[in-house]
Amino acid sequence: MDRKTKDASIFKDNLQNFLFVFPALSIFCIFYIYPFYKMINLSFYDWRGIGPMHWIGLSNYQELMGDHLWWDSIGHAGYITLIALTFQNMLAFALALACDREIRMKRFYRLVFFIPPVLSEVVVGLIWNWILNPEMQNGQHIGMLNHFLFTTGFPQLVHDWLGDPRTALTTIAIVHSWKGFGWGFIMLLAGLQTIDKQLYEAAKVDGAGSWKTFMNVTMPMMLPVILVVMILTILGSMQVFVLIIAMVNEGLVNHTDVPVTRIFSAMQNTNRFGYACAEAVIFGTVLIGISFISKKLSDKARQV
Amino acid sequence: MKPNRYILWGMTKSTLIHIFLLSVTLTCLFPIFWMLRCALMTNETVFVDHSVIPHQLHFGNFAIAWTKGNFAVYFLNSVIYTVCVVTGIVLISSLAAYSLSRLKFPGKNIIFYMFVAAMMIPLPGSFVALFVLMTKLHLANTRFGYILCMINVGLSMSILLFKTFFDKMPQELEDAARIDGCGKLGIWWNMAMPFARPAIAVVVIFNSLNVWNEYILATLLLGDSNLMPLQRGIMVFQGANSTDYPVLMAGLTMAAVPIIMVYLFMQKHIVKGLSSGEVLG
Repeated sequence: MDRKTKDASIFKDNLQNFLFVFPALSIFCIFYIYPFYKMINLSFYDWRGIGPMHWIGLSNYQELMGDHLWWDSIGHAGYITLIALTFQNMLAFALALACDREIRMKRFYRLVFFIPPVLSEVVVGLIWNWILNPEMQNGQHIGMLNHFLFTTGFPQLVHDWLGDPRTALTTIAIVHSWKGFGWGFIMLLAGLQTIDKQLYEAAKVDGAGSWKTFMNVTMPMMLPVILVVMILTILGSMQVFVLIIAMVNEGLVNHTDVPVTRIFSAMQNTNRFGYACAEAVIFGTVLIGISFISKKLSDKARQV
Repeated sequence: MKPNRYILWGMTKSTLIHIFLLSVTLTCLFPIFWMLRCALMTNETVFVDHSVIPHQLHFGNFAIAWTKGNFAVYFLNSVIYTVCVVTGIVLISSLAAYSLSRLKFPGKNIIFYMFVAAMMIPLPGSFVALFVLMTKLHLANTRFGYILCMINVGLSMSILLFKTFFDKMPQELEDAARIDGCGKLGIWWNMAMPFARPAIAVVVIFNSLNVWNEYILATLLLGDSNLMPLQRGIMVFQGANSTDYPVLMAGLTMAAVPIIMVYLFMQKHIVKGLSSGEVLG
């Protein structure tokens, strides 16, 4: 075989191998890379979706800096994330610890705790919206929760949970946690089960109590898993969106705004595509920053 | 009396643990039960009858939702989207992963790291630009356009998952197939795919859940109610009949039950997929 035909056959080989990746790569370039570029590009324009585009440089970003509704919405997402990080993850960890032992119905619990996560946000949001319904008919509360509170002797607790700006965000955060804790639970339980049982035995022989064993054996071994769960919780909760529009829908007002609803409404309601893209760029940068820092932290924890 | 006290403490402890677990179980199941309960009542009784199990079960809401609520169309659309997207993802991502794992060509590593990076970088607002692109390509408001977008959503994770499996495939398997006269495509289909069966299961389940439950892109891209999947259709129905709770609950039941069934049958794979950490990257 002379060199030319050899080169040709190597080229043919490479081309064939590349063709395997081609469908994936082309979809990826068209639907991921291009929108990524277009998003940044559009953020420098004033554009109403159709018609002429006006280059306005950094004006969108300048306006965004002073847009207190936008920064409020990031604060709201942060608040939901904070509740998810503490309440939801602590619940998930407590449940995982409770299930990481010889206990009856372990498989049943594991089965049930992952049902809320497989339901869609639309379904979860609308079910809870109905349970939390604040209206009354013929002197009776039609929402299940308010009716329950009223008949069990807590009429002072009856409340318009989603309508009142003081409770709306917390209620959403709790429903979000209800939907989400199953993820953390499954991952933390899997992590607990990989811990060598001999370590617990050794700790017992050394005379360590349950608290000491937990702090000195369980926690250090679980740290990488806990960090992964925390990163996923942060990224998931910051981007919460569908749950909110399903829960408050009609009454979508500023006190339940999160970044994605702002982006959505800038695009859908006011047709300001450029501004929506600027918001998306800022929010994306915030999220990338968060995941970068968390990645660094978890790498460090893994080395120890 | 020491051992006795130990047993007593052990029993109290396990009772307390069970009470804790059972109360969480109850909070998990109650809203779903409530949805079912209200789906079985009429518009008159749902506001009046407060018993846990309604006095009269009424199955008509499902028929109303199915026909008048247009849920037959939404349901069929959801099935079409889920089947097409998941099939597309399995084929396209396994082909790519096979090449990235077992074959050689220049630029291979760069392409692989691009997919990995795409998984790490969250793009919460790229739907704005995606909408602009789809309109330009005349793919907005088409089934095909939505399917392509959804394939893209699941691609990176699936490629990563398949690649970790193909990396573990023994060379002898591949050599044996080559001696038998299989080409590269033949090896992929006859050897690599059966070998990666557990990966296929995980990819199918997670992407099915994801497509069935997707809402944002369906809202942006599909304005025609004949093209809408369930999640979008439910919101349209809710917007138009905001007080017809029993029918709405029947609609929610139709959206929730298939996914719960899939989960119950496939939960072994879900737990495995989540535990292996491969889904997480």
